[in-house]
Amino acid sequence: MQQFINVTLTGLTEGMVYAAFALALVLIWRSTRIVNFAQGSMAAATAFIALALIQAGWSYWAALVVALVSGFVMGAVIERVVVRRVEGGPELNAVIVTLGLFVAIQAGIAIVFGSSFQSFPTPFGLQGFQVGDNRIAFTPTSLYVIGAVLVTMGLLVALFRFTRVGLAMRASAFGQEVARLLGVRVGRMLTLGWGLAAVVGSLAGLLIAGGEFIYPAYMDSLIVFGFVAAVLGGLDSPIGAVVGGLILGLALSYVSGYVPRGSALVNVSALVILMVVLLVRPGGLFASSTARRA
Amino acid sequence: MSDLQSPTTDTATAPGKATSSPPTEATAGGDQPTATRRRSLLPSSTLLRHLLLLALGAVATVVILEITDPFTNSQLATLSYYAIAAGGLTVLTGMNGQISLGHGALMAVGAYTTALFLSAEEPPPLPLILLAAIVVATAVGALVGVAAARLHGPYLAGATLALAVGLPGLAIYFHDWLGGEQGMRVRAPRAPEAFDSFISTVSGNSATNTKWLAYVGAICLLITYFLLANLVRSRVGRTWRAVRDQEVAAELAGINLGAWRVLAFTVSAAAAGLAGGVLALVVRLAAPSGFTLVLSLSLLTAIVIGGLGSLLGALLGSALLVFLPPFVTDLGAGWGLDNTEAAQLAPFVYGVVLIVAMIFAPAGFIGTLRMRWLTSRAKRSAARSSGG
Repeated sequence: MQQFINVTLTGLTEGMVYAAFALALVLIWRSTRIVNFAQGSMAAATAFIALALIQAGWSYWAALVVALVSGFVMGAVIERVVVRRVEGGPELNAVIVTLGLFVAIQAGIAIVFGSSFQSFPTPFGLQGFQVGDNRIAFTPTSLYVIGAVLVTMGLLVALFRFTRVGLAMRASAFGQEVARLLGVRVGRMLTLGWGLAAVVGSLAGLLIAGGEFIYPAYMDSLIVFGFVAAVLGGLDSPIGAVVGGLILGLALSYVSGYVPRGSALVNVSALVILMVVLLVRPGGLFASSTARRA
Repeated sequence: MSDLQSPTTDTATAPGKATSSPPTEATAGGDQPTATRRRSLLPSSTLLRHLLLLALGAVATVVILEITDPFTNSQLATLSYYAIAAGGLTVLTGMNGQISLGHGALMAVGAYTTALFLSAEEPPPLPLILLAAIVVATAVGALVGVAAARLHGPYLAGATLALAVGLPGLAIYFHDWLGGEQGMRVRAPRAPEAFDSFISTVSGNSATNTKWLAYVGAICLLITYFLLANLVRSRVGRTWRAVRDQEVAAELAGINLGAWRVLAFTVSAAAAGLAGGVLALVVRLAAPSGFTLVLSLSLLTAIVIGGLGSLLGALLGSALLVFLPPFVTDLGAGWGLDNTEAAQLAPFVYGVVLIVAMIFAPAGFIGTLRMRWLTSRAKRSAARSSGG
């Protein structure tokens, strides 16, 4: 029973990170119909920036803020300079461009920061809370991870629901032509959307790095998990992405917790889950795609 | 021209035989532009033309492998497995419009199959082993292809990405059997006697094992490209293009989209399996670290640079994958980067090239040249007809 609780708690924590990453993918998909495969590399780049600052003596929080801001700038610049040229073109071209970004940024990180494993600090403890006589696998860091993701989601909801900018962004995602006719500066909204998505993705990257070792390719699995989570939720629905992230986090945690040597099977399990979802419910578990198709 | 079409198709589908036989519905008949070829000196039959090219390729291979030094020989062996895999991928992506980031994983299937067979006490003959690598990879490819046939664009990319990241994990899970992180050492089989005498009569060079493997790679490459070229020019290739370009029209013409997509993926997987087998022989190791995502993305770079759908382009792109890294690594060392940093310059260049090629020359090198040539020819003929 205790193992079950521990595995579930770990799964929930990791699921929150997958959810955040999936949310970043969904934000970009909704606005530009592009799956940003470079998201993982971009997040890794910001994590390395944060690490460099921390090693230079900055506090974790200051480094976090700088990393998120640099993530925003990176996302916006990439959209404006590179992605804008393939938006609305053949879908294969956009896929290949984001893959090119993925490789280039990852190699760029290795050139600038080196490709060795480096430990990434976390502002909170890594020892589980005491419940009765037992320590559970729920640490102050897990609490921080879940809290940070929830706050970010809350801010995003507030932005899209209650502000003019959010309304304009939703409008340009829904119908570019109409939004443009109504005076929305669609290009600017798309750039902003990519920037915001990059911030969310970077946050996921920084959270998963906390207390672990990072290296240029450390986000490779997370991009797969984020994609699987996003597809679970239908790739079009932010709520679906969050639920998909949690489901995936739990499923993978059970695999690595209960199958002997299951940690080697986590990536394969994600593949199996993805295949099953795509074959059985290609629209995702919460498909709202009948309303709109690419 | 069309009387030789059906034998061509038969030869070409041979590697795909292990899977479901190709669908035989009527296809959108694509008459090849016969008028333009009248003036050319090449034989008008596709099969004969390709046989001629095959013979030329074989001669060129012997010449190149005999005049270059052993190090270049081993580089060319590397080139052969990249080119085999890229050839399969370019047929899939260029001809059928399906993207795959999972070809690195399919190569891993071929490589591990080869390694397993060679680790037996009495390994079977090499052609049989490579055939087994093809068969196993084809089976896996068919399985993936069935799933992939229902997907498109980003979904397909994501699913195959998950394949590339996930499949090598199986080698770690079954580590008693597949060697875990360290992988499996491969004992490359010795060259037969006939090879020694062949080399000594042709050039008098010493017939080293490196040279033997370079020849094995080159032979596999020539056979693969011959079969793929015939396939692409046949009814099968035309149907693939129809499926790629106009789904609705193709379906109205009685083409079963799904079955043809699965077939394309299967053929492509067969090539990847053979490439993996050759890789295992040349590298003498099958390990998860050899089949990273970067391998799959390098293959994609090769076919994008060369021009999607062009076998010659795939060959040139693969040459770039082999000869570019030493060059940029030297360049990086010159700029004061250390070894590990300089080694990352090559993937960096791949990424930049992918982006730049997609933005400025989506048709790739060969495609852009071909388009230039076609436009200039059209202009000339237009000028002629208006002048005369």
